[in-house]
Amino acid sequence: MSKILNVSHLGKSYTSGSKELTVLEDVSFSINEGETFAIVGPSGSGKTTLLGLCAGLDRPDTGTVELCGRDLGGLTEDGLALLRNQEVGFIFQNFQLLPTLSALENVVVPLELQGIKNPGSIGMELLDKVGLKNRFHHYPSQLSGGEQQRVALARAFSAKPSILFADEPTGNLDQETGDKVVKLLFELNEEAGTTLVIVTHDMELARRNQRILRLKGGKVFSNELTASV
Amino acid sequence: MNLDKPIRSKSGWQWLFRMAWRDSRASGKRLLLFMGSIILGIAAVVSIQSFSANLKENITLQSKALMGADFLIDSNQPANERVLAIMDSLGGAQAKAINFPSMGLFPKTGDARLIGVKGVQGAYPFYGELETQPISAATSYQEKEGALVDATLMLQFDAKLGDSIKIGNVLFPIVGELISAPGTGGVGASIAPPVWIPERMVDETGLIQTGSRVGYDYYFVAKEDQDLKELDKLVDPLLDAENADLDTHVSTGQRLGRSYDNFGKFLNLVAFIALLLGCVGIASSVHIHIKEKLRSVAVLKCIGATRKQTFLIFLIQIAGMGFLGGLMGVLAGLALQQTFPLLLRDFLPFDVEISLALGAILIGLVLGVLMSVLFALTPLLGTWYVSPLQVLRVEEDLPKKSRGPMILVFTAILIFVFAFAFWLLGDAIYAFFFVLAILVVFAVLGGLAAFFMRLIKRFFPVSWGFTARQSLLNLYRPNNQTTVLILAIGVGTFLISTLYFTKDILLARTSLETSSQTPNLILMDVQTEQREAAVASISDSGREVLNNIPIITMRMQQIKEKAVREIILDTTSTMNSWVLHHEFRVTYRDSLIASETTKGGDWPAKIQKEGYIPISLAQNVADDAEVAVGDIIVFNVQGVLMKTIVAHLREVDWARMQINFSILFPSGVLENAPQFHVLTTYTPDAISSAKLQRQLVRLFPTVSIIDLRQVITVIEDILNKISWVINFMAFFSILTGIIVLIGSVRTSKYQRMKESVLLRTLGAKDRQILKITALEYLYLGFLGSAMGIVLALLGSFLLAQFVFETPFVPSLAPFVLVLPGITALVLLIGLLNSRTVVQSSPLVVLRKELS
Repeated sequence: MSKILNVSHLGKSYTSGSKELTVLEDVSFSINEGETFAIVGPSGSGKTTLLGLCAGLDRPDTGTVELCGRDLGGLTEDGLALLRNQEVGFIFQNFQLLPTLSALENVVVPLELQGIKNPGSIGMELLDKVGLKNRFHHYPSQLSGGEQQRVALARAFSAKPSILFADEPTGNLDQETGDKVVKLLFELNEEAGTTLVIVTHDMELARRNQRILRLKGGKVFSNELTASV
Repeated sequence: MNLDKPIRSKSGWQWLFRMAWRDSRASGKRLLLFMGSIILGIAAVVSIQSFSANLKENITLQSKALMGADFLIDSNQPANERVLAIMDSLGGAQAKAINFPSMGLFPKTGDARLIGVKGVQGAYPFYGELETQPISAATSYQEKEGALVDATLMLQFDAKLGDSIKIGNVLFPIVGELISAPGTGGVGASIAPPVWIPERMVDETGLIQTGSRVGYDYYFVAKEDQDLKELDKLVDPLLDAENADLDTHVSTGQRLGRSYDNFGKFLNLVAFIALLLGCVGIASSVHIHIKEKLRSVAVLKCIGATRKQTFLIFLIQIAGMGFLGGLMGVLAGLALQQTFPLLLRDFLPFDVEISLALGAILIGLVLGVLMSVLFALTPLLGTWYVSPLQVLRVEEDLPKKSRGPMILVFTAILIFVFAFAFWLLGDAIYAFFFVLAILVVFAVLGGLAAFFMRLIKRFFPVSWGFTARQSLLNLYRPNNQTTVLILAIGVGTFLISTLYFTKDILLARTSLETSSQTPNLILMDVQTEQREAAVASISDSGREVLNNIPIITMRMQQIKEKAVREIILDTTSTMNSWVLHHEFRVTYRDSLIASETTKGGDWPAKIQKEGYIPISLAQNVADDAEVAVGDIIVFNVQGVLMKTIVAHLREVDWARMQINFSILFPSGVLENAPQFHVLTTYTPDAISSAKLQRQLVRLFPTVSIIDLRQVITVIEDILNKISWVINFMAFFSILTGIIVLIGSVRTSKYQRMKESVLLRTLGAKDRQILKITALEYLYLGFLGSAMGIVLALLGSFLLAQFVFETPFVPSLAPFVLVLPGITALVLLIGLLNSRTVVQSSPLVVLRKELS
């Protein structure tokens, strides 16, 4: 199986006042195409920073990230944007829908960016899959948290990404709604055959993935198949 | 995918426009308010631009009607043989008019007033309309030997058709009211209202005497295909040598156009300031707007939009907003310009027909887009530097922008403001100073706002009560509106106050002292044989004759041994030509008066040169004639040549309300020359002045009396009318300021809502929250308007000191009316906008915060 994400000796630190804070140190791992992968760890362990670096949202101080066969360090900001548009999908803890766009418009933005003409039918199909077909014209402010995350799911899968990054996808939802969203996420993922990377501190959610990477103090603590965790 | 290829988004412009539209749709109400500020500025500029264009068109179209002929030859002496020969060569004058000021006496009431007499011969006017009531009077006054009297004058003295008016020695029946006529109207008509009589009756009035100020106009109708420009070029130099002048309707129209142009330019600048103020609003609104969009920008970048795409989405949005604002501004401006003919009616000698000026419409649209984009660029650049990482970590502050583009944007704004000012003023230096002045005002207000914020922060009154402390805190906390609001309020107040103060300066120059030693009634054209009787008459009425000044008329014949006629024909001469043609009114005395200061030589003269009379010249005359102390001038005193030597130079304060002279002779030289006299006296009030005038006019019908009190009233009236027009334009700045204010308050509303909800959750009462808001706006209103007034005070002081050279006593109006007025307005707007803050439930805000 080919590697879709290859992270090698990754390091990242931030300056806070006069102090330098090391967030990630010598992190290396890889993910196979089609794999479901969880990154877990306590607060401040560097999970979100790692996700940002893997998805090309930020640049590392040391080490390399290879995504879909491309070294992210060699790409410009706009090159990274194009890569994200064509290969990457995102789901965020606080949904991150565009507040001025309707549910359908939010779903089709990645398709429109790809230059696909009349993406409405694809968008409606995805909204149907997440159970929000009748709410297509509603704005994010008119939807509940769970509904907003379902729209975000539809958006994430709309451009048929090779890899999907999810940052605490149930973090802002109650248990019941969170469970429904997770169920939907895995269903859609299985159907699309997308590689899934989930950052979470919810071990129950982490265990639904094939592999779990544990971070502690910015370093890889373990990287094992779920069965062995 | 091939990532080595240059990045070209597959989504084209259509998607960018769609995204811009989608975002605007949701931000519609707020964007509409943003547009409000630009709408008013554009409306002000377009209305004035369009009206100016209409005015120019009308002047060109109506120039013949304004003159009443194709061209005229005018002189202040009857045409001599050479002038008559020139006129004959042009086919002879078709009409003639003699113009002079005189006293008009209404025997029915005994009232008398200075009037402008026009004695007309021939079918003048040939173009335009002599509008009279009844209409037939426009022609019948000639055969009936009657007078057409200015309609306002008739109203003033309650004169009716069929009554009489006595001009000089002749009693004319009033056969018609003069409503409008070519070449009349404007300011001159207010001081000496026009009265038309047949020219053949002028002699009988006995008013054309030595020293009379008479103008002779000869009117011509051009032949078809006659090139008036060529005619002007050919004939004018010939007439110049005879102290006559040729004016064509084209050149008169151009001259008139230029004088209105200056006023138009001034109004344009006021409108431009309103527009700039609107731009401050745009910049501030876009700043807040973009700040709220940064998370969306990060999301868009995260899902694959490039920097250029996200930047362009909001640029298109702002440009669209500017275009719409421009369009609405153009429509408002076109509607507004319909009111201008009414506003400026008193200054225009003709009716202006309003039509669509395409140039002004285009300017409005271009300005709307250009200024919105330029002033929005600074905050817009923020979108370029937003990291997609912000979707994971929300940063409160705007991303740091690189210095280079910011300097470029600032330079572009300055270049644009300068270019527009240059286009309006047509003078690079004026445009430069205008931009400089704007920069200074904006910098001072912005600097003072920053200074106050630091001052409050540094010396924060910790002992003050909770509400007072919170309101002060609001002035410098993050997201505060202090700078923007102080700029908006300050510039508006500065404009209004400057207008008040400038009016003070102008009125101070014309105000009359009320001392009984300062004359306020001047008797002109008193002949030598009338002098004693006139003096006795004034004394008999219990008034003192303050001045009894002899006046002799003369022209320059030779300057520095070169004949004036030669200088006129010398094309290389740099001498100011008015001195060569002017008939000087000269007096003789051996002392200087209060309005005169020695600039060179001595008076009484110490220079003695055999056969030469020492004289004193006003500095401006000496400069224009290019002579200095010791130079020789030969004067023609009614046929007698007098050799003089310049022995003394004086600076004359011409603006002083007293009788000043360009040329002074010493006593003992001109006593026997043909002369007339000016007598002055002081009357304590309007009633005694009118009584004395009636008495004098009855006894000396040929004497003209200038009532300075009346002149001042006319000047005050004119200044009031002008300041009304200026105030009208300044109102746009204020209104724009208010819209910017409403916009600023609304944009910070959500911020306040969050804070007040938190405060209420912690136990603050509604009254406390309202008090915090009220106090904050009270500070802002007071600071902004006070700074505006102080700047205006400073500017007006410099203006008075260096331009008008007059002491400056500011009126209290800005302090008593403007300061509390604007402060109260700011307070009101702040409180009205904050109502919803108090009324909203904490839960609504918390939910919004969660989403």
